[in-house]
Amino acid sequence: MTDPSLLEIRDLHVTYATGEGALPAVRGVDLTVDRGQIVGVAGESGCGKSTLASTILRLQPVNATVTGEVRFNGRDILTMKWGELRAVRWAGASIVFQGALHSLNPVHRIGAQIAEALHVHSSGLGETTVTGRIDELLGQVGLDPERARAYPHQLSGGQKQRVMIAMALACDPELVVADEPTTALDVMVQAQVLSVLSDLVRDRGVGMLMISHDLSVLADLCDRITVMYAGRVVEEGPAAKVFADPLHPYAGALSAAFPRVGDPAARFAPAGLPGDPPDPRHLAGGCSFAPRCPRAADVCLPAEPELVTYAEGRAAACVRIGEPRSPAERSRDHHA
Amino acid sequence: MTTTNESTGTVPVSARRLTRQRRVAAWKRGWAQFRTHRSGMVGLGILVFFVLVALLAPILASSQGLDVTTANGPVLGAPSGHYLLGTDENGRSVLTLLIWGSRISLFVGLLATLISMVIGTLLGLVSGYFGGWIGRITFRLTEWFLVIPFLPLAIVLASVLGRSLFNIVLVIGVTSWPGTALLIRSQTLSIKERAYVERAEAIGAGRWHQIGKHVLPNVMPMVFANTTLTVAIAILSETTLSFLGLGDPTRTSWGSMLDSAFEIGSITTGSWWYIVPPGVCVVLVVLAFTLIGQALEEVLNPRLRARS
Amino acid sequence: MSLVADPGLVSESEDVQTRTRGYASYLGLKVLGAIGSLMFMLVVNFFLFRVLPGDPARTLGRGRLTTDAQKAAFNKAYGLNQPLPEQFWTFLKNTAHGDLGISIQYRVPVSHLIWERLWPTVLLVGTSTILATVIGVYLGIRGAWKRGGRFDKISTSLSLTLYSMPEWWLGLMLIAGLGVGFWFVPGIFPTGGLHSPDVNPSSLHGILDTTWHLVLPVTTLTLAYLADYSLIMRSSLLDELGEDYLLTARAKGLRDVQVRNRHAVRNAMLPTTTIIALNIGFVVSGAITVETVFSIPGLGLLSIDALQAPDFWVLQGFFLVASAGVILANLVANLIYGWLDPRVRT
Repeated sequence: MTDPSLLEIRDLHVTYATGEGALPAVRGVDLTVDRGQIVGVAGESGCGKSTLASTILRLQPVNATVTGEVRFNGRDILTMKWGELRAVRWAGASIVFQGALHSLNPVHRIGAQIAEALHVHSSGLGETTVTGRIDELLGQVGLDPERARAYPHQLSGGQKQRVMIAMALACDPELVVADEPTTALDVMVQAQVLSVLSDLVRDRGVGMLMISHDLSVLADLCDRITVMYAGRVVEEGPAAKVFADPLHPYAGALSAAFPRVGDPAARFAPAGLPGDPPDPRHLAGGCSFAPRCPRAADVCLPAEPELVTYAEGRAAACVRIGEPRSPAERSRDHHA
Repeated sequence: MTTTNESTGTVPVSARRLTRQRRVAAWKRGWAQFRTHRSGMVGLGILVFFVLVALLAPILASSQGLDVTTANGPVLGAPSGHYLLGTDENGRSVLTLLIWGSRISLFVGLLATLISMVIGTLLGLVSGYFGGWIGRITFRLTEWFLVIPFLPLAIVLASVLGRSLFNIVLVIGVTSWPGTALLIRSQTLSIKERAYVERAEAIGAGRWHQIGKHVLPNVMPMVFANTTLTVAIAILSETTLSFLGLGDPTRTSWGSMLDSAFEIGSITTGSWWYIVPPGVCVVLVVLAFTLIGQALEEVLNPRLRARS
Repeated sequence: MSLVADPGLVSESEDVQTRTRGYASYLGLKVLGAIGSLMFMLVVNFFLFRVLPGDPARTLGRGRLTTDAQKAAFNKAYGLNQPLPEQFWTFLKNTAHGDLGISIQYRVPVSHLIWERLWPTVLLVGTSTILATVIGVYLGIRGAWKRGGRFDKISTSLSLTLYSMPEWWLGLMLIAGLGVGFWFVPGIFPTGGLHSPDVNPSSLHGILDTTWHLVLPVTTLTLAYLADYSLIMRSSLLDELGEDYLLTARAKGLRDVQVRNRHAVRNAMLPTTTIIALNIGFVVSGAITVETVFSIPGLGLLSIDALQAPDFWVLQGFFLVASAGVILANLVANLIYGWLDPRVRT
């Protein structure tokens, strides 16, 4: 038997029970992260990417029904016993959460919050060992070890996010899940935090699943990218290729949404995608992207397209890939 | 302003009408949500019942039944076919007293709440909207009134002003506004930060215009939810003050019934029909207002809604 | 808070208001505020009794002072014929010295009377507060943690019903049910008083007797307070349960119990603690009705007696003590809050 992948998600479905009916947030997602690999997940808000992140450590809310498999080192997290699951949490896989500003407990000192993670996973640590480790971790994310005595509200947004990163690395996990780690931060700080995170992850050979709405950020940092739309994977492939030459029209729109430096065309036509993502409670049949898709045609309507491999390591879920484009479409794409 | 809007005629729907339509739609949405709150609907049902009783009191029981001189029932008679809830120490029907008492309890509760709301909303708006010394003074004032102990003040005022229905309303109204003021203040502060108020300021809208047009409509929902909770407290206060003998001696309220029942020793004589029903009525009405208030809060406060 | 961000480069190293004002200056501010409130209360207290009624001699004498000479003597005795500012100064001086006047009814200094009557009240309200806090907080935590469960439904409806009930009516019902007895059930507990008239309250027998007498009043007040505390604890814990940091705590691999106790409950206790501390301030006023119903000779009953007499200086002293209690408790609540929550200190 070959060594299992670090993280292997197979046919994952997550459905929330809400007052207004069942809300399928994730609908049959496959995803693999190998050791030392950084995988990006891109998509608009509401596409199910954050649900995906919380399901990896079985942190989904109580009203969620989950089916499928989430294999961590070959063992299915979804069916694990509680004790085993608690051991995997943080020591096996840790999360840098989206809401950096609220993910730290406001009434505990940050040092104590890091120490808590250490104590949970290795009992009987001495006071000095813990303090030393906290100093080391804070140093690694570029914070003064003195800051261990600070409360979260005394730190800036970027500093808080660094603390989260330090905490995520505290127990030497094999996998780090970063759920929009920089959304609330301004651009310069974003770049700093991202470089701290990716450097540390690369140095340690840790696997990382990085979730973002920003395809350009993912293209810079990741080895592979998965694009999600309405709870499904619509494109998967090597990061640079997905960004530079997307197969799926939605990936194309995401890619075009972020102007490339030095590309005058993008500069003069900052492309946005018209419309909103569909309400997952009331999905019409057929391709769920069709209502917003510039290339939608009758052929898209009968059934939801399957993810099909098109080239070496590249797959997309669109029936119109490979079809010749009409001149009208081409000119529309040019402007888009 | 409306005339110019209408006379131009180029705009098919005037801004004012659009706003009104939006508000109506918002109220409808709110009502649809409120209906899903079972406890809120139960509260509403209880309240409607008591309001009907209060309004229909003259039909349900003749006011002559309140007159001590013409009462001809037995003294502290147990419930019977003629007197469904027995009689009091003067031979009056307890049921009649209960029906008429509902008027006083609801009246005092609503009027005191009105006073409290007017003062609270006004001072809350002013202290939240205006910075500088006006804001600071009104805020201090609110804090000071917050620490006045209600019952002792009521006792003192009753002793210096005398005992009347109006004084009871005044005491409750004057002591219960600071909570509302603080709530309105914090709401106003957060609304003030929003973009449209800043925009209105930029185009030179007057302060009172801004308060009336932008701030007040937005704090109103919170005032509304808070009002129902305040009514509950006001009714409880009325009952307590009347029980302590600070109420209007010429009018029958549930509190004054309980006062007489206690005074004549209903507990030891076992005339439960005189002391249980008024208390149950108070509990039901206060509970109704509390349930409605809580449901409203949950409908109007998205943060509370999210946790359900 | 300005929403206009500097369009230039914001340096990450800049600290966001890191300099803490510190606990000491927070404390100082709160003490100043309390002194301000106290001054306000003194003014209110003074004017309530001297300005509002117009002619205190007539109001207070209630027809007993018939001749002008009697009225003059009354006014002179209480310094009521001096100009108002002078009266206020005298009032301040006397109050600062603990001189609250002489009770018209009992012919003893008001301060002695209040001091003597304070203890039954403190015993009653103190015991009830402690019991209500422990039980109420427990009910609130259990209800919120399993929101919508059977326990939550029962305890919330119970709390709401108790909350809607005048506490003295509950007391009356308890007296009727457990003191007097009903139907063929005999009463067990005494229906009133602090202790039996024939026992020495400081003997062992007297202490047991007092405890026995306090069962019903303490139960009444406990149930009344408990409703408040459990509802507050429940709603503030529910507020906390939606917070992101709890997800972090769970992700760290903490047990549910640890997440609850170390993070959620700890934070939800902040508002609850404040409310409880504030409520202690209403110690004096809170017991008025229950003391009346159970005829316990505390401050509350004293005030009702004074109201009926009417005993001017006792009422004034009572009001002063009652409001001072609230201000003090308010201050303590603020100090505890500042100590528990690092955010308010900065």
